[in-house]
Amino acid sequence: MIEKPLISAKNLSVTFLLGNNFFGPKLTIQAVADVTMDIPRKSFFGLVGESGSGKTTFGRALLNAVPISGGNVQYNDDEVSYHLERLTKVELKDYRKRSQLIFQDPYAALSPRMTVRDIIAEPLEVMGLTNSREETDERVREIAEKCRLNLEHLRRFPHAFSGGQRQRISIARALVSNPKFVVADESVAALDVSIQADVLNLLKELQKELELTYLFISHDLSVVAHVCDNVAVMYLGRLVETAPTRDLFFRPRHPYTKALLSAIPSLDPDYSGNAQKLEGEIPSPASVPSGCTFHTRCPHCIDICKQVEPLGEQVSEGHNVVCHRWKELDTPEPSN
Amino acid sequence: MTLLNVENLTVQFDTDEGRITAVENVSFSLEAGQVMGLVGESGSGKSVTAKALMQLNPRNSIYNEQSKISLNLDDGPVDVLSLKTAKELKVVRGGAVSMIFQEPMASFAPAITIGKQMVEQLVLHKNLTKAEAKKLSVDMLDRVGISEAGKRFDQYAFELSGGMRQRAMIAMALSTSPKLLIADEPTTALDVTIQAQVIDLMKDIVADFGMGIIFITHDLGVIAQTADKIAVMYLGELVEQGSVRDVIRTPAHPYTQGLLNSLPKLEDLDKPLTPIPGDIPSPLERPSGCVFHTRCPKVVMGRCNVDIPTSVRVKDGHKASCLLIEDNGGPKL
Repeated sequence: MIEKPLISAKNLSVTFLLGNNFFGPKLTIQAVADVTMDIPRKSFFGLVGESGSGKTTFGRALLNAVPISGGNVQYNDDEVSYHLERLTKVELKDYRKRSQLIFQDPYAALSPRMTVRDIIAEPLEVMGLTNSREETDERVREIAEKCRLNLEHLRRFPHAFSGGQRQRISIARALVSNPKFVVADESVAALDVSIQADVLNLLKELQKELELTYLFISHDLSVVAHVCDNVAVMYLGRLVETAPTRDLFFRPRHPYTKALLSAIPSLDPDYSGNAQKLEGEIPSPASVPSGCTFHTRCPHCIDICKQVEPLGEQVSEGHNVVCHRWKELDTPEPSN
Repeated sequence: MTLLNVENLTVQFDTDEGRITAVENVSFSLEAGQVMGLVGESGSGKSVTAKALMQLNPRNSIYNEQSKISLNLDDGPVDVLSLKTAKELKVVRGGAVSMIFQEPMASFAPAITIGKQMVEQLVLHKNLTKAEAKKLSVDMLDRVGISEAGKRFDQYAFELSGGMRQRAMIAMALSTSPKLLIADEPTTALDVTIQAQVIDLMKDIVADFGMGIIFITHDLGVIAQTADKIAVMYLGELVEQGSVRDVIRTPAHPYTQGLLNSLPKLEDLDKPLTPIPGDIPSPLERPSGCVFHTRCPKVVMGRCNVDIPTSVRVKDGHKASCLLIEDNGGPKL
């Protein structure tokens, strides 16, 4: 059964002003361009792409942390329904409780001057969600326990903790206001592998227990493959492919997705593989290529790719790809 | 001929909170043309080990008496730890040993052009004139795949993209034709597609220049694709070393096994991720006995928390430091 979407973005764009040119047109860059995406309720939705692809900006737009320049985003849980591009002050305050962000670097995200208890309690106090100190403490203990934090540690300061423990504190802080929607922006990227698996398992458990919906932003495809139900691939602010995880990893259609997958270094020392190495680097969003934005690096580029912007096409239920040539390039057994 | 020999390297730091042991009794060797991957989590002492090779550790570092690092160069062996003055140290700091750092933005001076920095070190180490140094620098930039090398030579680090900067860093490290190259997490800050390009470049470099490379990373996939042999470190100790195939396919030490198990693998998406339980202990509270016993799933109390393991032969060239392997009849080395 496919759940109703919790977040539904239609043609979402985010544009940043680079500077004013008094005589000419305004200089802008489009960090997110025309993204349409549904995030089903209670899903673990992955968003991958290289740095500069706009994935963080997209995540922030869904949290209303950067202004939405175009399109619309609907948030809809069973209690409320909001249009994020035109929230009133009261609605925004309420939306802040329902949506939260877990940051990348657990060393930078926690104030060194606050105790763990104060860090976790701060959202409750700022949002006025509890009426007494006892209630706050009770709530902090409850969420800290869920995040497998030692309750005796609540009085300590963050510097006493390792990366994995700090990230669990960040998670507790994000979840203390009982959000429905959580954006996890590269939340395990700064962790050691042995700790990374632990935090991923914790995120999964909490999702089941608290019925959370995640947007999991990552550049690490093997992590995404393991935890996410659906994955969207972003390139230069545009979605190039969206699919259920298995479809995407076992039968990617977009040349960019294929290249990303084959760039993951294999653990097998004898694997030479049919790596489809990409030449060059992601272009600057200030000078987006014409036609298909990927054409400058695509190994299968032909004339039409340089001139015409491809439209999204459906491969199968829930699997969309934006490429002129996906059908002819689609061979069941990748030949090379 | 063995290029580098490290014996019983122990590095400690004097800090306000007491003396911290960062590296303990580490021994390994490296041949010319060989790539050794040095793997471990943060705090395992891999960077301190690498920096010891160039004596780059801060002033509060203490090398104990048994520590020995010898570098075999064309004009005789060099005892690295006995070098004292800046002049003597020139040979391991950019002369015969070069280092590539993790964050290329932080390792290039921001207000000096890339070219000027490359020329500076060539003039210092190679006795070239500025014109010769410039020609060599542009050649090297070209060699590592930087387009319009002549133009890039006059640019600043911020004008280059992350991948370009790392290539420039590699070009700079190689221009003095070192015998030993230390690469400290050279691909960690890069995107996967760029990482793949840099890995290919490093492979080409070994083939062309035949230098020894120590490749520090926490990414076992990167190691599997680049290295000939692996050394795994945990809390300052070298717990396992051997050829890439042996260590990755048949890891002997429980830590290496745990590390490999905790990696998400694309081949089997249903397999749950199994973390190594617990957290890395603080260096101020080093566990007694085997340093890994606090997190080891196979721990035998009364043995592992008491006795200190020694390196045991698993098979030819494959060694591990684990009491359980010792107890199962692994021959001591």
